[in-house]
Amino acid sequence: MPVTTIGDQEIHVDDEGFLTEYDEWNEDLAKELASNIGIAELNDDHWKVISFLRSDYQEQGETATLRRVTAVGGIPTKELFQLFPKKPARKMSYVAGLPKPAGCI
Amino acid sequence: MKKLVILGGGTAGTMVAAKLRPRLDDDEWTITMIDHEPTHYYQPGFLFIPFGIYTPDDVVKPKADFVPAGVDYIEAEIELVEPEDNRVRLGDGTVVEYDYLVVATGTSIRPDETPGLDGPEYGKTIHDFYTLDGAKALAEALRLWEGGRLVLNIVEMPIKCPVAPLEFIFLADSYFQEKGIRDQVELTYVTPLDGAFTKPIAAKHLGSLLEDKKVNLEADFYLERVDADERKLVSYDEREIDYDLLVTIPLNMGADVIARSGLGNEMNYVPVDSGNFLSKQYDNVFAIGDAADLPTSKAGSVAHFAVEVFTENFLRHIEGLPMLLEFDGHANCFIESGHGKGLLIDFNYDTEPLPGKYPLPGIGPFTLLRETEMNHWGKMIFKWTYWNMLLRGKELPLPHEMLMAGKIDEGVR
Ligand SMILES: Cc1cc2nc3c(=O)[nH]c(=O)nc-3n(C[C@H](O)[C@H](O)[C@H](O)COP(=O)(O)OP(=O)(O)OC[C@H]3O[C@@H](n4cnc5c(N)ncnc54)[C@H](O)[C@@H]3O)c2cc1C
Repeated sequence: MPVTTIGDQEIHVDDEGFLTEYDEWNEDLAKELASNIGIAELNDDHWKVISFLRSDYQEQGETATLRRVTAVGGIPTKELFQLFPKKPARKMSYVAGLPKPAGCI
Repeated sequence: MKKLVILGGGTAGTMVAAKLRPRLDDDEWTITMIDHEPTHYYQPGFLFIPFGIYTPDDVVKPKADFVPAGVDYIEAEIELVEPEDNRVRLGDGTVVEYDYLVVATGTSIRPDETPGLDGPEYGKTIHDFYTLDGAKALAEALRLWEGGRLVLNIVEMPIKCPVAPLEFIFLADSYFQEKGIRDQVELTYVTPLDGAFTKPIAAKHLGSLLEDKKVNLEADFYLERVDADERKLVSYDEREIDYDLLVTIPLNMGADVIARSGLGNEMNYVPVDSGNFLSKQYDNVFAIGDAADLPTSKAGSVAHFAVEVFTENFLRHIEGLPMLLEFDGHANCFIESGHGKGLLIDFNYDTEPLPGKYPLPGIGPFTLLRETEMNHWGKMIFKWTYWNMLLRGKELPLPHEMLMAGKIDEGVR
């Protein structure tokens, strides 16, 4: 897996830049990742999504779908599109340091 | 007498009954399987019905034909599971008690979960092929169709057989060519994921397939509602896609009885240990097949490999011994790609589909991640294998764990 440096931290990422090591993530890194994709500042609502995703991933072994973030995390889908415009599923997993939602192939 | 009760007599439930009956002493164990449907459906065959390749006769047989000798079969609605009291309530008020429970109630489509989808146009300009009735109505619609915009959309993942929508669009391309109207048909594939192929190696090998077949791709499309009168899909970020004929894969959800019984997650799937299918809540409840919340594909092939692992583990678990086998999430799927060709993918929880060869004693090898005629035949033979081997619990020369033999480990750093 490629290694890249973000801020002053070395991290392992896949070809598309998604973190591959759950434990290499931290909040400062999240801010850097967010700014990489045009989210200048992470507000409380962003953090709510990110912390739900991180803890859910630990339990499930899979990145939560938008539907799950809405149903279990309690954050309306419309809001996810405001927080992470255009491609929320992809963007929120990128910032949370998790694999992007994928099919089997 | 000890009692094993299996909820659902579909692919997984039937295989569990067939595998366990010969292994559990008749004098010590009863096995009861409960299902509300008199018919067993070969669901992979639904894909071929819209195109007239299969008729309904190819995909239905009486469930009773597949109840193994020595297994009691109850045809009834499963109303409620009361896991604290080890019993199941049926629609007619009967109570069935168990020592061990295997949940195999599958997953089904829920068009009513998307605003505008399940209205008067369902079965007219909006279709599915995940049910027999849906596939039949779509066959009729395609037969009479003279062209226009055919849009296929996936509402949300996970869905059972996640490759079926791709296969549909490939077969549609083939079908309209053979009909001589391909130039009057615009095909569009709409997915909430970021592409049709989301795994890097598959994407590298197959990424151009949609383009080659002149299929438009709309990725990252998260459906909010359908405007059935105006014939358009509307996403949460207000993108719109117009259609003349919509083929939809509605939201898939586990059985409502799972939710009612407090056994499921938000999609009514039963949280289990992904290695041995034991419920995270109850030590005498397992869930297998599509009903379980496993992080792998919901597919018959997965259910088959899972049942092999489950059988050995279950026989130890009831003796109070630790379960030794660990399921790896193995899946093995033939993908129809049209024009008499197919693809084959083989993967598990940790290894994405890789190219190379898939050895199969006596018949194989099959080629992985590339279109071949042999793979198409593999898919067609599968129907016979399903009715005659899998459901009967016969051994197939396929190891349950995924093997690296034959695979080319490219790009895995
Ligand atoms: C179009 C399509 C194509 C597919 N193609 C493939 C393929 O190529 N390869 C592959 O491996 N897989 C394929 N699959 C997936 C495969 O069919 C399923 O994964 C498999 O059947 C799952 O088995 P199961 O036992 O978990 O569920 P099912 O076989 O669906 O069985 C569930 C059973 O539970 C019963 N049930 C549910 N609720 C209740 C209740 N409340 N009371 C009583 N009974 C109940 C149902 O009647 C049903 O019989 C395809 C599926 C579809 C729809």
